[in-house]
Amino acid sequence: MYKILKKRMLTSNICEMVLEAPRIAKAALPGQFLIVRADEKGERIPLTISDYDAAAGTVTIVTQKIGASTTVIVDANEGDSFLDVVGPLGNASDLVEMSPEELAAQKVIFIAGGVGTAPVYLQAKWLHERGVAVDVIIGARNKDLFIYTEEMRSVCDNLFLCTDDGSYGFHGVGTAQLEALVAEGRQYTRVVAIGPMIMMKFATLTAKKLGLPIVVSLNTLMVDGTGMCGACRVSVGGQTKFACVDGPEFDGYLVDFDEAMRRQGQYKEEESKWLQK
Amino acid sequence: MAAKIDRLKAREQDPKVRAHNFQEVCYGYNAQEALQEASRCLHCKNPRCVQACPVGIAIPDFIAKVKDGDFAGAAGVIAKDSSLPAICGRVCPQESQCEGSCVLGIKGESVSIGKLERFVGDWSRDNLPVKAAAQAPSGPKVAIIGSGPSGLACANDLAKLGYDVTIFEALHRPGGVLEYGIPEFRLPKDTVVKHEIDNIVAQGVKIETDVIIGRTVTIDQLFDEEGFKAVFIGTGAGLPKFMNIPGENLNGVFSANEFLTRNNLMKAFRDDYLTPIKAGKKCIVVGGGNVAMDAARTAIRLGADTTIVYRRTEVELPARKEEVHHAKEEGITFAMLTNPVEILGDDKGWVRAIKCIKMELGEPDASGRRSPVAIPGSEFEIEADTVIMALGTSPNPLIARTTAGLDQNRRGCLVADESGATTRPGIFAGGDAVTGAATVILAMGAGRRAAAAIHSYLQK
Repeated sequence: MYKILKKRMLTSNICEMVLEAPRIAKAALPGQFLIVRADEKGERIPLTISDYDAAAGTVTIVTQKIGASTTVIVDANEGDSFLDVVGPLGNASDLVEMSPEELAAQKVIFIAGGVGTAPVYLQAKWLHERGVAVDVIIGARNKDLFIYTEEMRSVCDNLFLCTDDGSYGFHGVGTAQLEALVAEGRQYTRVVAIGPMIMMKFATLTAKKLGLPIVVSLNTLMVDGTGMCGACRVSVGGQTKFACVDGPEFDGYLVDFDEAMRRQGQYKEEESKWLQK
Repeated sequence: MAAKIDRLKAREQDPKVRAHNFQEVCYGYNAQEALQEASRCLHCKNPRCVQACPVGIAIPDFIAKVKDGDFAGAAGVIAKDSSLPAICGRVCPQESQCEGSCVLGIKGESVSIGKLERFVGDWSRDNLPVKAAAQAPSGPKVAIIGSGPSGLACANDLAKLGYDVTIFEALHRPGGVLEYGIPEFRLPKDTVVKHEIDNIVAQGVKIETDVIIGRTVTIDQLFDEEGFKAVFIGTGAGLPKFMNIPGENLNGVFSANEFLTRNNLMKAFRDDYLTPIKAGKKCIVVGGGNVAMDAARTAIRLGADTTIVYRRTEVELPARKEEVHHAKEEGITFAMLTNPVEILGDDKGWVRAIKCIKMELGEPDASGRRSPVAIPGSEFEIEADTVIMALGTSPNPLIARTTAGLDQNRRGCLVADESGATTRPGIFAGGDAVTGAATVILAMGAGRRAAAAIHSYLQK
């Protein structure tokens, strides 16, 4: 059993939870994910790790109610326990693998959207602690949907907030903000985009236009998360890869996003049936 | 003469009924039937059945006890060599092992050893208390990676020798392939599998679920930080293979591993579980092994009109005859000498058909099997909305990648000698992780040999 030590609602349907999971806390690195199974009847839900504290033995996750099992997770209370939390899964971000010299040469801009903002926070924090220059763009449909803005401000050099409806900050999507920043003369060595699949698709198109390399983190369907089921397969550079063991981060230029989005919706019918119950 | 009695067929659920439920297909013997079948054994002086058993169960001895009505005694005989009789009695390929070597089989039909073993296992579960170990483990700590058949067999033997054994399991329930792979209708989970694992736990074996060795903790950390003195790797089959044909990433194409895991481990067949599963209306299963049979028989139970597509003929099907027979009885269509060349999608990216080519058998290849050759121009389409690929697996590279000094062969399997010793001292391995996909009982045999090797390694 894995106890929920703290719970905080970030919006009406997104929550942050700090879980007691000492083994995972000790092993986790930025870019990795874990799997939560809330109770006996629940699915195994992959969630990107948004923070960890090896000394305290805790990991932090941010979850949005999307379907049946994520609703059970978000509705759980502080003091409750999840039946299973397993991880860390997937490979750490390749930023983590870089030498100090390579890192020093980086000027990274993150584009974050939705619950993808939480894992961006962890990566930005990791870089910031090592003195690497980090800018972050957070995009949301309107000003009420932002999460982690204050946390993010404390771990980056420049934070740019933008809304689709112009209710706060830059009026437009995150990719338009990126284009504007580059037009102003800001220089970056790489883009990292984490958020909804459609956002990562357009971030990649923009990065390509600007001639910048881009890394994306794919939140595919999964069952076991260890390479056994193949539900997470994605086409990367014309080859089939498993997001769980080969990713979750990939070179955005090589990802077939249209296929990935289509595959993500494979059980939509079943999900909506459940939600109507 | 005892041998004149015909082999007694175990009772089974009506195929028409069972094709719509997940209850067990075979009912097994009752006590009276077991006595009758046991009376057929000739008690050979040199029992070939024992030699053919990968774990060397004293088969004529346990059958003699059954014949005498001493079922507890029979259980005691089996327990010396196997901790999983109710499981093996159900899923072992007896026809190519013990029963395949039975003297009675030369002229007539072999003793139904598997069904007798199952009877003893089931009788024990219903009648004997779970026996706890006499004392707490005091020996050195041994880590077992994976709670499938090889890991369980290894752990059980080591626990009996007094070692302090911990099994690490990546999934949330112990059992490995017994849980995620083999369906409920062949191997009931909450009764049969759970009970035999509980028996092993009662020997003092600890099981830690949700731990992925190589991610959550490495083998080096187990040695250096957690005080383990030896490690057994029984991580099983690994990553599903695909055909690399166009259309394999269409919606509605699944690996057998995914399909079976959703249904078995994640209980998608039960309404009270949240796991979704898609068997579709018309399901094609590609492959001819036991996993293909399991996937097809699951799909038909979930309501799909199901066809198995295999590139050789029925004679070459690698699946057990009994499984093929059961699948046919349940209404599964067998399309033999047929090989997929492309999966075709509709305008929304969902499977609509599978394009196949007709095959014929050519000259025998190196393995002696006649290899299938495509007949040019014979392509045709079979309508389908789901396709399940049951083509085998390749080993999971995670442990080899995160553990220095562990050699792999060309196919990615761990290199280990006959005793299970890998290329790194103190680390042993067995089961599918070493051999590639095989059977429950071969994995158990490897686990037992490794337990003996670990014992002698730690005695040094």
